[in-house]
Amino acid sequence: MSTLMSGARMLLECLAREGVDCIFGYPGGVTIPFYDVLYEHRIRHVLVRHEENAAFAAEGYARSTGKVGVCCATSGPGATNLTTGLVNALMDSIPIVALTGQVTSKLIGSDAFQEGDTFGITRSCTKHNYLVKRIEDLAQTIHEAFYVASSGRPGPVLVDITKDVFQGQGHYQPVAAVHLPGYKVFTEGHTGQIRRAAQLIHEAERPLIYGGGGLIAAGASPELRETVELTDAPVVLTLLGLGALPAEHPNFISMPGMHGSYAANMALTNCDAMIALGTRFDDRVTSHLAAFAPHAKVVHVDIDPAEIGKNRVPDVPIVGDLKRILPKLNRLLTELAGAEAKTPAAEKRTAARRAWWRQVREWKREHPLRVETSETEIKPQHLMGEVDRISGGKAIVCSDVGQHQMWAAQLIRFSGPRLWLSSGGLGSMGFGLPAAVGAQVAHPGKLVFALVGDGGFQMSIPELSTVAGNHLPIKIVVMNNGYLGMVRQWQTLFYNNRLSAVKLDGFPDVEKLAAAYGFQGRIVAKPGELRGALEAAVREPGPYLLSVKVSPMENVYPMVPAGAAISEMVLGPPEPVEVPAK
Amino acid sequence: MLQVISLLMENKPGALMRVTGLLSQRGYNIESLTVARTLDPELSRMTIVVDVDAVQRQQVIKQMNKLINVLQASDLTESPAVVRELVLVRVRTAQESRTAVLKEAEIFAGRVVDSSTEGFVIEVTGDPEKLGEFIDVMGSYGEVEVTRSGALAIALEARKLRLQPPVPTKAGSKEELQAEPQP
Repeated sequence: MSTLMSGARMLLECLAREGVDCIFGYPGGVTIPFYDVLYEHRIRHVLVRHEENAAFAAEGYARSTGKVGVCCATSGPGATNLTTGLVNALMDSIPIVALTGQVTSKLIGSDAFQEGDTFGITRSCTKHNYLVKRIEDLAQTIHEAFYVASSGRPGPVLVDITKDVFQGQGHYQPVAAVHLPGYKVFTEGHTGQIRRAAQLIHEAERPLIYGGGGLIAAGASPELRETVELTDAPVVLTLLGLGALPAEHPNFISMPGMHGSYAANMALTNCDAMIALGTRFDDRVTSHLAAFAPHAKVVHVDIDPAEIGKNRVPDVPIVGDLKRILPKLNRLLTELAGAEAKTPAAEKRTAARRAWWRQVREWKREHPLRVETSETEIKPQHLMGEVDRISGGKAIVCSDVGQHQMWAAQLIRFSGPRLWLSSGGLGSMGFGLPAAVGAQVAHPGKLVFALVGDGGFQMSIPELSTVAGNHLPIKIVVMNNGYLGMVRQWQTLFYNNRLSAVKLDGFPDVEKLAAAYGFQGRIVAKPGELRGALEAAVREPGPYLLSVKVSPMENVYPMVPAGAAISEMVLGPPEPVEVPAK
Repeated sequence: MLQVISLLMENKPGALMRVTGLLSQRGYNIESLTVARTLDPELSRMTIVVDVDAVQRQQVIKQMNKLINVLQASDLTESPAVVRELVLVRVRTAQESRTAVLKEAEIFAGRVVDSSTEGFVIEVTGDPEKLGEFIDVMGSYGEVEVTRSGALAIALEARKLRLQPPVPTKAGSKEELQAEPQP
């Protein structure tokens, strides 16, 4: 049974059938036909103030729910403004569908008003993209787009739709299946490889689980937990993997890498079996690859075959979905443990494992991640400690990019996945506030923090209007050190403290700024007032803008200098040199 | 050894750019590239000659296989394959050398496709290295202008093509969604 309808209505019908309940967007000339059918429809539209933030908001929605986020922009500048958000989603493997309008088909190539080569420009910004010039192709394309975005390794998909398709009439028939002969999704994992992995893990004396964003994309937290219980291996989680295992779990060490903890980096360097789950051996984690766990045997499980062997050739590669593979692995581990119980080999291994844990705990004790405080000024670590406390592991925290992001990742504990939203691979400033918009829209009843720096905050400051206009009770906490902190840190450590172009003068008075938008704002600078200020912010039923003035010259430690091995961390500021008396 | 990648891909707009984009993004040099429809008009075969070391080539092929439009990407560098290319050479010859040039063309199994007082245009088909030798030889007789087609390759062992079956969508589900009110 087919119905005659406009392309715009057909698009809406497809979105409804895909379970879309919200679109983040900004209308324009060529998309007005679509916005017309969207008017007073049950699918909610959230108007942002810049299209880049529509993409970030769609990401915030997707990261916090696991569903496909949807954003919409017009042709030309609308579409080009989406690109940073698209690359961000591509780098962190986040499922979003971006819908853009395009000029009428026959005008393409004539440099028409607000025309842009969206299809060409976004080709390398997306997992896949489409240009729809015929109404007959629309429904199939939309369902394909959602399938591609959400399956395998998730990613952004853009569909560029011409104005004449929106306005044209066509017969809509529900699409039963998508035909993508060249798109293979790997799920099950090779049985033989899983067996080899189980054997390797079982025999290891110093096993370590190195988990990443793939664990969260797979929704494999319960399965991971069982693997952890069975192996009793220490666990390090990357920036994108935080929350895959509750932070309170005794096996969780912390985040590894450039600003990871001492214990995490030492454990990675000294393990004899590295169980890499849903992670890609990113340079922020591995640093100098030749020195990265050179003695470890590596089991690498990932859904993307191109990641296996890209940076590190594993001893046991397994391509597939962690949700399907971990239970099989867990069954084999249980069998192996049962078969060997109480043999001399088992006892020897148990002793070695105990020694390994003693070593790991020693590393944790030697250089723990600490919430530093001061009597006179608010230390950034103190701020993170207080956010950790008030969040109770349950709030959604959307960070921006920079020093605050690293301290937040080190010191805020998450009780589960999809609570920590942060731009990792691209490290795109301005992400925090619009991501919080997306997360709050997705979870109206939840406490959502936008934890941002004074630099990143100002990149997406127009979204204060979105927050106010939609009454989103987001708690915006600005870690204000007056500088582009991370760049300043590098200039201090490696460029003789020549602080070129990093001073952020002209920061607004947030009390006046928030008031200008009709909500509460406060500045806090005294350590004794910090807790109260945060509590007041959380108690406030509406949005809240809290600027926390922190020590301007604090550096994030540990730090792995560029090109060094991760075991060569700088653990703190250099000791002042004693000048001998003459 | 010639580094040849052969791809079977969907004949869709932008598919070609996606593949070349992968290579240019990583700064790899494309020595030659040919693409044309196969028996199935929906599909094209692309042959690329690249200059990439073996390890990186493996990664490039994995990335190509990830592309939605690519059905199969294979590295033919190490596999048994037949590689052929066509070259058209225009050579200016002095009167005395004309016969010698024709003899060379015969040695290389070339065909003279144009003859004038200025010289000849000769067409030669063969393996790319042989073509290189022919061009050098022609160059010794006079000024040459060369147009190469780029290498084509066909694997000697048929590779089993595993195509993905259709995947059901949410839209085709049995519960009929409420019909939207028509404006």
